[in-house]
Amino acid sequence: MTDIQMPDQLWTQPAINDAALGVSADVEQIQRIRIPAAVRYDYVPGLATTRFLRGLANKEILGERCQTTGEVYVPPRGVSPIDGLPTVEQVKLPHTGSVSTFCVVHIAFGTNAPPTPFCTALVLLDGAAVSVYGPIQEIDYDKVRIGMRVEAVWVEDDQLDTSFENIKWWRPIDEPDVDPELLKGHM
Amino acid sequence: MRDVAIVSVAQSVHRRSARELNEVEMIQPVIRQALDQVGVQKGEIDFTCSGSSDYLAGQAFSFVMTLDAVGPTPPISESHVEMDGAWALYEAWVKIQTGHADTALIYGYGKSSPGDLPRVLSRQLDPYYYQPLWPDSIALAGLQARLMLEQGLITEQEMAEIAYRSREAAKTNPHAQLQGSQSVEELLAQPRSYDPLARHDCAPITDGGVAIVIAAGEKAAKWCSRPAWIRGIDHRIDSHNLGARDLTKAPSIGIAAAKAGVHDGPIDIAELHAPFTHQEKIIRTELGLSDEVVVNPSGGPLAANPMMGAGLIRLGEVAQRIHSGEANRGVAHATSGLLLQQNLVAVLEGE
Amino acid sequence: MGEPLELLSAPLVIEYPFNRTTGPVIGAFLTGLRDQRVVGIEGDDRRVVCPPVEYDPHTGSPLTDLVAVGTEGVVQTWAWVETVREGQPLQQPHALALILLDGADTAMLHVVDCGSPDALSTGDRVRIRWAEERSGSICDIECFERVGGEQ
Repeated sequence: MTDIQMPDQLWTQPAINDAALGVSADVEQIQRIRIPAAVRYDYVPGLATTRFLRGLANKEILGERCQTTGEVYVPPRGVSPIDGLPTVEQVKLPHTGSVSTFCVVHIAFGTNAPPTPFCTALVLLDGAAVSVYGPIQEIDYDKVRIGMRVEAVWVEDDQLDTSFENIKWWRPIDEPDVDPELLKGHM
Repeated sequence: MRDVAIVSVAQSVHRRSARELNEVEMIQPVIRQALDQVGVQKGEIDFTCSGSSDYLAGQAFSFVMTLDAVGPTPPISESHVEMDGAWALYEAWVKIQTGHADTALIYGYGKSSPGDLPRVLSRQLDPYYYQPLWPDSIALAGLQARLMLEQGLITEQEMAEIAYRSREAAKTNPHAQLQGSQSVEELLAQPRSYDPLARHDCAPITDGGVAIVIAAGEKAAKWCSRPAWIRGIDHRIDSHNLGARDLTKAPSIGIAAAKAGVHDGPIDIAELHAPFTHQEKIIRTELGLSDEVVVNPSGGPLAANPMMGAGLIRLGEVAQRIHSGEANRGVAHATSGLLLQQNLVAVLEGE
Repeated sequence: MGEPLELLSAPLVIEYPFNRTTGPVIGAFLTGLRDQRVVGIEGDDRRVVCPPVEYDPHTGSPLTDLVAVGTEGVVQTWAWVETVREGQPLQQPHALALILLDGADTAMLHVVDCGSPDALSTGDRVRIRWAEERSGSICDIECFERVGGEQ
């Protein structure tokens, strides 16, 4: 049983005496096992996220406002991270925003990824305190920049669901870039 | 050693399913109540520590999301344990003992309703020998109960009496999930659906949580007219190898009790974290409690058992009885893992 | 926000595709199961730990000497599993049990196929029923069955 090669110092256990196993040396020893485990849930997103997802089915982006600072969080979790209090006021946000940061993807994961290279971004919706995540399309990937103005591109109305995937991607709009300094702290 | 006390306790009204709420929505009012009771302002808590498990609700990094409830922006000093919140309290206590904090907020919560809890709990076992068998937590407890029954260490009558006493006591606990019980005779007539265990031997499956504020010295005295001082606290672990353990005993409890100083004075009340009736007997025996000690006046885990919170609740229940003057010296026990594998014992005192 | 909110929910499956290294001790045990043999390991006090572990459960010192143990043993304790759950070795009601194999000093966790709780008692002798297809897993033991086979 000494045929498992480990770097020096990494393996501290002495060699074991496996004579009792009664198998010849040429038998393949078990060294790895696959132990798949599936755990099933009935997932419920909570009140605030349910409100948000219901809004998306109506083509509305609903943030929720912090009672203390007035800042609007989207997607809402129900509690403001500033004061630890429930967010009680819903705010309908516009479908436009600014790219607060982005990433060019050359190696895609998942089955729905667009052809590489493509660009994913955080988009700060106008009036929101934090950015939402999504792909940028309808522009060459190497033309995307922080501060660029974008708008949501929705699926067809008959495809609307209670899903953030209702927004297929974000595309540029013909407005001047915003100063990247104004986007700091809003990712 | 610094004098550290529990000064505020809040818990949810426990129920089978808080289905409409996500975890931060469930725990936020509890945290808020614990802070408001002592008038804590933002910035007055030096350290925050929570206990939870992502496996329960299938919500990855749920503890990061629930942090929103403490207002963690700008960044705070914070930590988390994938154990019952009682161990989060231990970490916070150490933080205060070492002089890195004077005050701490601790909370523990579990939302078990989205999954199949007895199956989910098998994921904390040995991955080679136990996990592939998917042994459920009730059957595992049954192995322990049968050993005790057949060795004459407990009787079905005693187990039914523990179930009855616990759920009757819970009638005065507004947070309890199960209040009131059939008579002992009626319980004994019930089928042993999980032979040797009957339904009444098992804690309910619960959604809920608890939050506690602890503070050192003068701060504790300022925030609470009668703080529950933590005179001793210790935690120990028994083997994870169920076949190599005497399952009728939990030596880790006895050692933790000695280290915590359980026997350095009289005990008025004890809150014991026993999710199954027979386990109360093991804990009681290991702690060496006399018959006069009132055990689980809250109803204990048999009346409400939010995972990752039910142990911390035991500390809270003892502390609140000290706050009110109802008790002066009490012992709280918390367990984590299956079959009383890991155990924490704390001694709380009013004077 | 005043109107009642119809809750959303969705099925969620979290799958862990674990591929674990066994190390030499567990690997030897699982190799044995594939061959319908069972080994334990000798502890510091000469007691045989089965299934084998790398370190003594009491002293923590490394263990090295595998020893053969029997494929029959005695039920130490058991509990009835009426509600069978996904993934469990038997898909009909059965007993979860701690079984002390002949020659071992610590018990193995597994299941016993015995039909009903009335058919099993602590102290009963049981033997391994091997799975037809074995790959080196604790599930190469399909279950235990009472010696004599009567149910």
